Amino acid sequence: MVQVRLDAVRKVFPRSGGEPAVDDVDLTIGDGEFFTLLGPSGCGKTTTLRMVAGFYFPSAGRIYFGDDDVTRQAPNKRDTGMVFQNYALFPHMTVAQNVGYGLRIRKVRGAEASKRIEEALEQVHLGGFGSRRIDQLSGGQQQRVALARALVIRPRTLLLDEPLSNLDAKLREETRLEIRRIQREASTTSIYVTHDQAEAMAMSDRVAVMHNGTVQQVGTPEEIYRRPANRFVATFIGRSNVMSMPVTGAGRDYVEVRGPAGATLRAAAPVDHGLHETADALISVRPEHIRLTSAEEPGAIPGKVTETEFTGMSTNVTVDTGEAVLQAASVEVPTRLTVGSTVGVVLPPEHVWVVRP
Amino acid sequence: MTGSRWFPYVLVLPLALVLWGYIVQPMLATFAESVGDGSGANYSAFLSGGGVARQSLINSVVISLVSVVLCAAVGVSMAFLLRRFQFPGRSVIEAIILVPAALPPLIGAISFQLLYSETGIVPRALQRLLGTEEPVLSVSGIAGVLVVHTFTMYPFFYLAASAALKGMDPSVEEAAYNLGASRVRVWRTVLLPMLTPALVSGALLVFMTSLASYTAPLLFGVDQTMTMQIYINRTNGDMPLASTYASVLGVVSILFLLVMRWYEGRRSYRSQSKGIAAHRREVTNPVARWLAMAGSLVAVAVLLAPAATIALVAFSRDGSWTTQVLPEEYTLENFTAIVSEPKAFEPILNSLTISAVATAAIIVVGVLIAYAVRRLQFVGRSLLDIGVMLAWALPGTVVAINLIAAFSTGNVFSFGKVLVATFWIMPLAYFVRFLPMVFRSTSAALAQTDPALEEAARNLGASWARSFLTITVRLVLPGVIAGALLAFVHGVGEFVASVLIYTSRTEPISVAINNSMYRFEIGTASAYGLLQIVLIFIVMLVSGRLERGRSSGNAKEAAAWAN
Repeated sequence: MVQVRLDAVRKVFPRSGGEPAVDDVDLTIGDGEFFTLLGPSGCGKTTTLRMVAGFYFPSAGRIYFGDDDVTRQAPNKRDTGMVFQNYALFPHMTVAQNVGYGLRIRKVRGAEASKRIEEALEQVHLGGFGSRRIDQLSGGQQQRVALARALVIRPRTLLLDEPLSNLDAKLREETRLEIRRIQREASTTSIYVTHDQAEAMAMSDRVAVMHNGTVQQVGTPEEIYRRPANRFVATFIGRSNVMSMPVTGAGRDYVEVRGPAGATLRAAAPVDHGLHETADALISVRPEHIRLTSAEEPGAIPGKVTETEFTGMSTNVTVDTGEAVLQAASVEVPTRLTVGSTVGVVLPPEHVWVVRP
Repeated sequence: MTGSRWFPYVLVLPLALVLWGYIVQPMLATFAESVGDGSGANYSAFLSGGGVARQSLINSVVISLVSVVLCAAVGVSMAFLLRRFQFPGRSVIEAIILVPAALPPLIGAISFQLLYSETGIVPRALQRLLGTEEPVLSVSGIAGVLVVHTFTMYPFFYLAASAALKGMDPSVEEAAYNLGASRVRVWRTVLLPMLTPALVSGALLVFMTSLASYTAPLLFGVDQTMTMQIYINRTNGDMPLASTYASVLGVVSILFLLVMRWYEGRRSYRSQSKGIAAHRREVTNPVARWLAMAGSLVAVAVLLAPAATIALVAFSRDGSWTTQVLPEEYTLENFTAIVSEPKAFEPILNSLTISAVATAAIIVVGVLIAYAVRRLQFVGRSLLDIGVMLAWALPGTVVAINLIAAFSTGNVFSFGKVLVATFWIMPLAYFVRFLPMVFRSTSAALAQTDPALEEAARNLGASWARSFLTITVRLVLPGVIAGALLAFVHGVGEFVASVLIYTSRTEPISVAINNSMYRFEIGTASAYGLLQIVLIFIVMLVSGRLERGRSSGNAKEAAAWAN
């Protein structure tokens, strides 16, 4: 219920040889927004979240909750609700005592406290579990107690540090829907950390992709998928064919490149792409956007099938055009596409996108 | 035959007889001795009146309680400082934190006497420095006993709290901060409750060890404690009274053992997540850093002082050190005398022989009992386990009295011979005292070895004996050796039981040290002590190698010295 703003935040750990764990991170997370920090392990996403929670203080830069500068504020003064990766439930307390811990600190007592605890437990479908011991709960239940404990205090922001990573795949999908539903109901500003791109795509209003301590791109899941800013984002989110090709012409929001077999390809580009003839452009095409056709079709790039892989939902086809090896994924694959056969590859211009290195 | 359900009993019966014959039956013999005339008069003294018996019991209990509090304060704060903070000198302190407790009990107590008593180095140095009439900050009597206890037993708390803190998930603490708890509140509502199991088991161990403590009261002249009364009455020839004290002390120790086993069976709060490194907080405030540095220097000095003192005094000329702060005349004579004079070398030979004989027996019996308890199904399994733990719980003084009571006449377990005042009672006492070490280390090793390996050997056609020897024994060997080395080292340092049962022909090193101290040959005593320390150091290094990569149960065992 507050806007969270990170302004040029940087974190260098002692004994790291000056290498920043997080560098120059600028983010504005809107009131009520579900915002995800996504990246591989070691990218600085958890460090960023812990700085928002107050467990680390930034080496430089500021953090604001609304107009409050919380940069050096102690974690217990920030009024955030955090769900930890391992849940961090207090093992010596019951479920209700765990959920009620923050309320007691906020001097909410008696009937009011019991009511809010029970409500919070109902919200996560654990009504009546209050008197259980923590070790009597399954992993999924513990996860929900942790969520109830963070939400019951009506925090200014909800912080979630890979809360689903200890659950099995099916439970993970159920729980992510649950978390999103509860977050919408409470319309709490939320920051979610994950390395799982499917989770990030499915849950988030917006995503920040992080790599090596810096933010690579911020945008809605769709923007990030369709218009990745650079090679890292293009390959980390989903799969992508990223190829370097010489530029033959450039417009305001597109470039033309010389593709495999001398074909001229048109690729959409950000308006500030700054590319011109004599430069090389990196273009990205998603496998599912590549159309496989007959080698004789005009404009198609001929190639040889070197591998096919049936995944159930689609078939992955590897095509060697001589200059490039392309990954294509087709829902329907003509039966003649066997290893060794010749095939035509079409890269539709609306799905070819220029990325930065 | 091995397929039969009677097979376990063929193995277990001799083991059970050994435990019965040398641990339980002697205890009963002591009890019989104590009620000799059937009136129980010796016991009524504990319940009523202002006599020595009652006062000794009260003193022992009070000393133990105060020791618990002092050790808890030192041990827990050390654990917190070392686990939770990063400051200059931290790793050095962590490396040497168990050194005072690793000294053999007698040498430990002597070093504290040399350092902190009225004639000790520190009070005299302070006296010189401040120009006062009297030595400053000297300790004597019960205070001295408490100083020795604190320095030698705080590792029980340190190790327990340190392990608990290590196993504690740091995010649990963070969750409390995140929910708005202040530092004090986090301590009160999260950290202390989660540390409680560790603190309780630390407290029980310190209490038991203090109760069994003998060398500290001996050196600081506190006669009215249970252990001292056992010794005094035994040397005065009042065996029934000594037995009474031993029975009371034995029963209390066993009660504590049972409480401890019951408590350990309850759940402890282990972290639910894996592989999360606790964040050590870097001390960054410059003033705090200077304080930390100074504090670390003091801590290092205090931790190393006992061993250093022994090493220094070992080179001082006997009788030359009177009122000076430090000895002023140094010589190698103490060592040359030990090596060249057969009479002086004899205690070393005795200790090595007795320990070697005892260790050999301990290996055979300890390994087999551990195997039986861990791997075989039979009625009375937990009794076997308790039998060994009994040996661990009984104070050395009590073990000695028990053996005297049982073997002052011949019985079936001594093949009809009288053992008192012979060589054999010495290794027997060491056997009883240190059997639990090999048992425990073997048990731990067995717990880490998959029983399926042995089954695989049997499946491939190996007999029980063959699979036991070629697979099981082979795999648990490092654990067995580590335990055996520990038992051997403890044998070489043994004093508490030896002093009650030795004869001039079987005098071990520690008793020789004590007798030298009695004759004010402090240099000679320290020279013997230094040899003990060097031997322990070597063995610790070797067993550290063996245990590398395994859990550090070794350090924990080392802490079990003090009494």
